[in-house]
Amino acid sequence: MSTIDLAPPNPQTMPPQSAGGDREPLLSMRGVQKRFGSTYALKGVDLDLYPGEVVALIGENGAGKSTLMKVLSGAHTADSGTMTLDGARYQPRNPLRARRAGVAMIYQELSIAPHLSVMENILLGVEPGTGPMIGWSKMRERAKRALAEVGRDDIDPAAIAGKLGIAEQQLVEIARSVALGARVLVLDEPTSSLTRGDIENLFAMLRRLRSQGLGIVYISHFLEEVRAIADRFVVLRDGASVGRGVPSEVTDEQIIRMMVGRDVEDLYPRHVHVTGELVLQLQDLAGSKKPRSASLELHRGEVLGIAGLVGAGRTEMLRAIFGLDRVRSGKVKVALVEGNSSPRKRWNQGVGLLSEDRKTEGLALGLSIGDNITLSQLKGLGPLGLVLPRNQDRATEPWIKRLSIKCRSPRQPAGALSGGNQQKIAIGRLLHHGVDVLLLDEPTRGVDIGAKAQIYALIDELARGDEKAGRLSSAVLVVSSYLPELMGICDRIAVMSRGVLGAPRPVAEWNEQLLMAEAIGQEAASF
Amino acid sequence: MSIGTTPTIPYATPVKPEGPGKIVTVLQAGARVAALAIVFIAFGIVVGRPFFSAGNVENILMQSAVFTMAGLGMTMVIITAGIDLAAGSTIALSMVVTSMILDAGGDRTNYLTTHPVLWTTAAVIGGTLAATIVGLCQGLLITGLNLVPFIVTLGGMQAIRGLTKGVADNQEISPPSNWLADHLMYPVQGLHFSWQIAPIGVWATLVAALLAGGLLRYTKLGRHIYAVGSNEATARLCGVSVKRTKIIVYAVAGLFAGLAGVLEFSKLNLGQPTGAESYELYVIAACVIGGTSLMGGVGTITGTVVGALIIGTLNAGAQQAGWPKWVQEVAIGCIIIAAVALDQLRARVRA
Repeated sequence: MSTIDLAPPNPQTMPPQSAGGDREPLLSMRGVQKRFGSTYALKGVDLDLYPGEVVALIGENGAGKSTLMKVLSGAHTADSGTMTLDGARYQPRNPLRARRAGVAMIYQELSIAPHLSVMENILLGVEPGTGPMIGWSKMRERAKRALAEVGRDDIDPAAIAGKLGIAEQQLVEIARSVALGARVLVLDEPTSSLTRGDIENLFAMLRRLRSQGLGIVYISHFLEEVRAIADRFVVLRDGASVGRGVPSEVTDEQIIRMMVGRDVEDLYPRHVHVTGELVLQLQDLAGSKKPRSASLELHRGEVLGIAGLVGAGRTEMLRAIFGLDRVRSGKVKVALVEGNSSPRKRWNQGVGLLSEDRKTEGLALGLSIGDNITLSQLKGLGPLGLVLPRNQDRATEPWIKRLSIKCRSPRQPAGALSGGNQQKIAIGRLLHHGVDVLLLDEPTRGVDIGAKAQIYALIDELARGDEKAGRLSSAVLVVSSYLPELMGICDRIAVMSRGVLGAPRPVAEWNEQLLMAEAIGQEAASF
Repeated sequence: MSIGTTPTIPYATPVKPEGPGKIVTVLQAGARVAALAIVFIAFGIVVGRPFFSAGNVENILMQSAVFTMAGLGMTMVIITAGIDLAAGSTIALSMVVTSMILDAGGDRTNYLTTHPVLWTTAAVIGGTLAATIVGLCQGLLITGLNLVPFIVTLGGMQAIRGLTKGVADNQEISPPSNWLADHLMYPVQGLHFSWQIAPIGVWATLVAALLAGGLLRYTKLGRHIYAVGSNEATARLCGVSVKRTKIIVYAVAGLFAGLAGVLEFSKLNLGQPTGAESYELYVIAACVIGGTSLMGGVGTITGTVVGALIIGTLNAGAQQAGWPKWVQEVAIGCIIIAAVALDQLRARVRA
């Protein structure tokens, strides 16, 4: 039985969710509301979580997922509605109390003390010992037990946390929750920086914790992941829970319709792209570590996708092209200019890079939208090479409109906007600069479906050019870990596997299985 | 290569930059000016009428001028998320070099009498240039060795002080009468009110502040300074030469410290190798009270000017109220902490 109700929920008439049968829910939220000033961040959320199940919470950015997490964790207090944990009223006053009550959050940005050891991290704040002294043997033992519970007793408790990979750090954080006796685990987009293999491991661990009776709330954009791990899902839109069901009983289209509240008929607009002159050529390009060898040719009017596992060397390839990383050997040729270069020269040659890491590299979050968009190209904003803020605003406004960036003014700090809007600012910089070669690294990471569709349309438009307006078509190189996206927007796709770039082939010759097989490379053959 | 896309929306329909941003900036500047007024009036009440006299206002402006001048460069350094702990030593170096050049134009050569303008200019340039060079060296060390500014300038503070003592042979240098000592920082208010209000040095500081403010606000270098401090990786990604920007900033900080040294020298016509001791702390305090964030990316010249005036008023007021030195120090310490705490509170209220 699937219950998908598209009408806004009414707490009084909402039927109790059935997944748990007669059991009492572990965690229950009823009509939870949260208001900031006059705007409702949460308009009424109902959620039940039973022991031993994974509930996926899905919704666009801005749907209220993070506010809901904050209410759950005690960082915010709900204005109305009730929450119960194990049948008792649950209203944590701060995150520490929530943790003590057994509700643990794993945020996208991990909270690891990188200079401390794994065991110190796991037992941070609850170190065993007598008086002011730490009981190291007890500490090691308890850390080991927690690691064993999450199925990774191979990690050395004495290892320095900062030296572990992202996946292991995440695991340390989960082990911390387990050591504290968490019964409800809330994970926010936990796979955003994990490789395919790590995701498998994470899912295996979550299943293990589920079988131990934990309730898990899994927040994600990725419907594939929801299908792989969740027993049930709840869709959040505009701060209200608008739909729920069992993943296997609904189609992606149905879920997307619930998320956006309308049909997204054509997520991937496709027009005929006319291939023009050669603008970027790589010959056996090798970076200091990765990539080991990359060769490709990119023309105007072409969208070339680079698939591969995280860590295969795709980002490093873009950075080497752009002059951010050292080129060890091989050739880069941009239009007629051959040789390595600095980022500044690349910009002048008409090449722009969209960083995969919006927060720490792509944008200066403290600076205004206008500053961020015009940062690479401050020419022409005033006489005598001066930069006049008024002209900066004027240069920025068309892009705000064109990309429909939701903001109060061009002077608003970039950090105040949502992820999707921030990404549009980063893209706006390439457009303001007027680049012809766009190197896009994960252009839709952390971006909601509406903004995704806009970015896809924009890429298509750039590659098409506009003869009437006298605008030449651009060349686009897209690195993405999201295969449907690559299949949807690219003309050709090449796969990078362990630092080696395969030959690009027309998109019609690929399917997701083939892409994955080539990305995994040798490993697949050994299975 | 040619430019790709052009915006499809014409420039004719601007989104009006809305109120909040501007109002908040005005409020913040207003709050600092209000704080300055409160400090000024409070001391006026304690000290009495003489505190409001033209002569005392001039005295405060002169006290603040040195901190302001050095603060211009310090503001830029701090906006890049750096720090210049060597500012005090650099000021002393400039004082000593200026006074030595002037002294060299004394009795033996008589240049100071035969070519007064040329020789005085040479002295100013000499002192400022020496300071600019040590600033440049600090910038080169920070970027070249990839060291934290704190460490390099902590070393610089000692090394430049030592250098200054060496150059001066541990002697105070008192050159013969010259234009700098007679006019640059010589009070203009006497028995009768003078419309000049304050000596040329104070006005020169104001001009320098306008130039520095314009540089930060209206030039590419200025934008790059903010960008580097706000997010170095982004700046690099956008083709900003991070190293060049930092080197320039430390050299400019040296330049302004050098000019501050010329002002400080002119007050007493004295080149003291041990002078301007711990001035860097007052200068940093002026920036911080003025709203410049030590985390980088945030700060204004106007803020620093007001910050320096607050410190100048505090110093003058405490002296005239007869507070012992230690009370002054405690008061300044508290004000620094309170100013930053208030700033954060305001930021939180806004968010």
